[in-house]
Amino acid sequence: MATVSMTVNGKAVTATVDPRTLLVQLLRENLRLTGTHVGCDTSQCGACVVHVDGKAVKSCTALAVSLDGASVTTIEGLATNGALHPMQEAFREHHGLQCGYCTPGMIMAAVDMVNRRGNDLDEKTIREDLDGNICRCTGYHNIVKAIAAGAEAMGGKVQVRQAAE
Amino acid sequence: MSATGIGASVRRKEDHRYITGQGRYTDDINRPGQAHAWFLRSPHAHATLKSIDAKAAAAMPGVLGIFTGDDLAADKVGGLICGWMIHNKDGTPMRAGAHPALAQRKVRYVGDHVAVIVAETLAQARDASEAIVVDYGVLPAVVDTASAAGAKTVVHAEAPDNTVFNWHLGNKAETEAAFKAAKHVTKLDIVNNRLVPNPMEPRAAVGDYDQGEGAFTLYTTSQNPHVARLVLSAFIGIAPENKLRVIAPDVGGGFGSKIFIYAEETVCVWAAKKVGRPVKWTSDRTEAFLSDAHGRDHVTHAELATDADGKITALRVKTTANLGAYLSTFSSSVPTYLYAPLLSGSYDIPAIYAEVDAVYTNTAPVDAYRGAGRPEATFVVERLVEVAARQLGKDPAKFRMQNYVKKFPHQTPVIMMYDAGNYGASMKKALEIIDYKGIGKRKRDSARNGKLRGIGFSSYIEACGIAPSAAVGSLGAGVGLWESAEVRVNPVGTVEVLTGSHSHGQGHETTFAQLVSGKLGIPIENVSIVHGDTDKVQMGMGTYGSRSGAVGMSAIFKALDKVIAKGKKVAAYVLEADEADIDFADGHFKVKGTDKTLDFGSCALQAYIAHKFNGQDLEPGLKEGAFYDPTNFTFPAGVHICEVEIDPDTGVTAIERWAAVDDFGVVINPMIVEGQVHGGIAQGVGQALLEGAKYNADGQLVTASFMDYCMPRADDLPSFDVGMTVTPCPSNPLGIKGCGEAGAIAAPPAVINAITDALGHEDIAMPATPQAVWRAAQKTVKRMAAE
Repeated sequence: MATVSMTVNGKAVTATVDPRTLLVQLLRENLRLTGTHVGCDTSQCGACVVHVDGKAVKSCTALAVSLDGASVTTIEGLATNGALHPMQEAFREHHGLQCGYCTPGMIMAAVDMVNRRGNDLDEKTIREDLDGNICRCTGYHNIVKAIAAGAEAMGGKVQVRQAAE
Repeated sequence: MSATGIGASVRRKEDHRYITGQGRYTDDINRPGQAHAWFLRSPHAHATLKSIDAKAAAAMPGVLGIFTGDDLAADKVGGLICGWMIHNKDGTPMRAGAHPALAQRKVRYVGDHVAVIVAETLAQARDASEAIVVDYGVLPAVVDTASAAGAKTVVHAEAPDNTVFNWHLGNKAETEAAFKAAKHVTKLDIVNNRLVPNPMEPRAAVGDYDQGEGAFTLYTTSQNPHVARLVLSAFIGIAPENKLRVIAPDVGGGFGSKIFIYAEETVCVWAAKKVGRPVKWTSDRTEAFLSDAHGRDHVTHAELATDADGKITALRVKTTANLGAYLSTFSSSVPTYLYAPLLSGSYDIPAIYAEVDAVYTNTAPVDAYRGAGRPEATFVVERLVEVAARQLGKDPAKFRMQNYVKKFPHQTPVIMMYDAGNYGASMKKALEIIDYKGIGKRKRDSARNGKLRGIGFSSYIEACGIAPSAAVGSLGAGVGLWESAEVRVNPVGTVEVLTGSHSHGQGHETTFAQLVSGKLGIPIENVSIVHGDTDKVQMGMGTYGSRSGAVGMSAIFKALDKVIAKGKKVAAYVLEADEADIDFADGHFKVKGTDKTLDFGSCALQAYIAHKFNGQDLEPGLKEGAFYDPTNFTFPAGVHICEVEIDPDTGVTAIERWAAVDDFGVVINPMIVEGQVHGGIAQGVGQALLEGAKYNADGQLVTASFMDYCMPRADDLPSFDVGMTVTPCPSNPLGIKGCGEAGAIAAPPAVINAITDALGHEDIAMPATPQAVWRAAQKTVKRMAAE
């Protein structure tokens, strides 16, 4: 067994885990943060995307013990003081989800996309950048719209509803 | 139209929990004392089980129990069932082999279940499984659909020629006569590729046994928890229904694959009692590829007869359907009654004859996947019609319009009675959206850039709203396909609706609440939709076949009518008026011709306090239930047009435009309905361009991960132009036809018709991958160079 300490959604956590424990297992099983999902076993689907030190990481592919001292944000930690993050709001407003299973990873990947590529994202950019996340329900049409609107709203100039128009 | 009633694009009530990570899927559920199950699966497609030695494994750390098929047999646990009886042409019943949840004596596909290991942790269970020594007597495998019948290798002794049934539908003599008299016959050989459904949430199960009550609970990823309970009780024999609770909480997509009652769920609930601990199993993606029921896998020869005027006079098909190694829950109905009755398409075809042979192979079971039989039928019809138009030198849109059914009701030669539609209106609208007039110029522009542009049509029809119980019973179904609803009005006027439908992405919590809100005139926030728990909800049949709107909501509608009728009785006492003089509108009971009113909430309170009436004259309370059994299938139909541009140097097919015009009857929430269309198209495009489950000759699934099986990603797809036409469905009270499968049914032929239009020849199969298209395009390029 190994001990690992990190900050998860702003809270310090320490866990004793089997060294083969993946970050997603630590989150889901030790911390009961079940918003982060597992959709595959080959790092393809992106349902497990979280932020590690501010960058998107597939948590099914990272060993928990390798992240000692890291700061992790999951979908549960994205809203601040009860207010939804603009990207969360955009997914709801634009019907960017159906079954909801890929959604946490999509939203975390989308926020990371904006952090890397800015607030003015065209359709082509969004579609190419979303290559690491698979959705089986929506055909991506509304996810693309949601991310464009969420990106704009993250810039702070417009609300999600206005960005929709 | 109110802001939250029928026709409004209300934002979804369920979304808050999903976008904040608070959804509750089966794998999110953990029971006190929970142990973990891992299944040891066959690495061979076909082998006898000579011996299983689990002694060393059983002694490993954390192992609580290791069980095989012998243990299930000793406990008299029944096999998995197929719930639809198909009869052969000669009237004899289909030939089905046994389907034990854990293999007995023989394994029949890679991934078949050899043993289950239950341990304290999943890692311990997996470690122990590697210490189990299985002596396999490896046998040759039969894999190929077309050559399975009569192969030397026999999958089940009960079907010695590997043929489950030889079935037919339609009028053979009339069809043959029509072909003899035909001016032109179009012939096609078609392979409908095998697909893996791949909902993003893998299947999972938590079995729990309460020793004090002698009762089981199964949390599972099901589209139809009551059907799961029925099968697990009545056929598999886990426990009587009153001692078995099945809960299907948030379910992350199904697309048909979560209708079925599988081995793993069965074993988990049984093993919970065996080890005296809750037992959890969650499929990993590889297991999902290996053991979720696959879809499609048809090989078909099809012919279309036309007369001198270009009128279609007959259609005939000969199809071989691969059902895999065992008959899954509804597998036998898919290539038969969900397939051949749709072979008339949107067209007036006087004579149709279909022959379907179903075969066993050493591959995963095949069952319903989004569309289920109807995509296969639509692909046959729409490819035939497109090719016929090309061969006859007719415009494919005009050829379709010439042959459309125009008068309703219309009785086809293959069971179905189309009740309403206006196919020409959908075609006209789709032609406008895609700018059909401009296609010639766009093709020339592409050609100037060294690209090949093509346009393809798909004028689909489907039979949804599954289904009138007596009708499907007469065709072999083992169950009725009605739906149930209970409307519970609380004393303060809030409402809970218990529905037998199940939502796994469709947005029922919103759509159903819109119906209730609109009809009762109460705020949508005051309505909760309850589903997915057999202890809470009365018997119901679940969600598949685009039935939740047409059938599930019709049951709610009926129950609401009863609530309003009862409310009128209550209001009559409270308002001191005759019941016949009470009207209900906009959330208020009113006495006709007066200003006396009682709002819905006050009426509910009066119903429960029961101060204004005598309990002998009127029962207190406000709660009503209904069962709705449809009188006909519903017939959504529409036209999808796909425009592609092919790069002959790379074989990459880019979808440049997509116009979809669907007639779903009355639409409750356009935002949700359009979302269903988008998702369906994506799955159809996946089938046409990207996806294909491949077994090698030894029966190894070589596409068993997202690295090998190409799922559609965001950059594989365009945005879609979605339009609608509306002819209300006459057979149900809401006029709804259903929308869940349309895109997956419509899309594949639209794509392939566009590609073949661009190529100028018909020689391409699904999936039309860049490699396949590149090869096919070389022929085109050579021909163009010669010209």
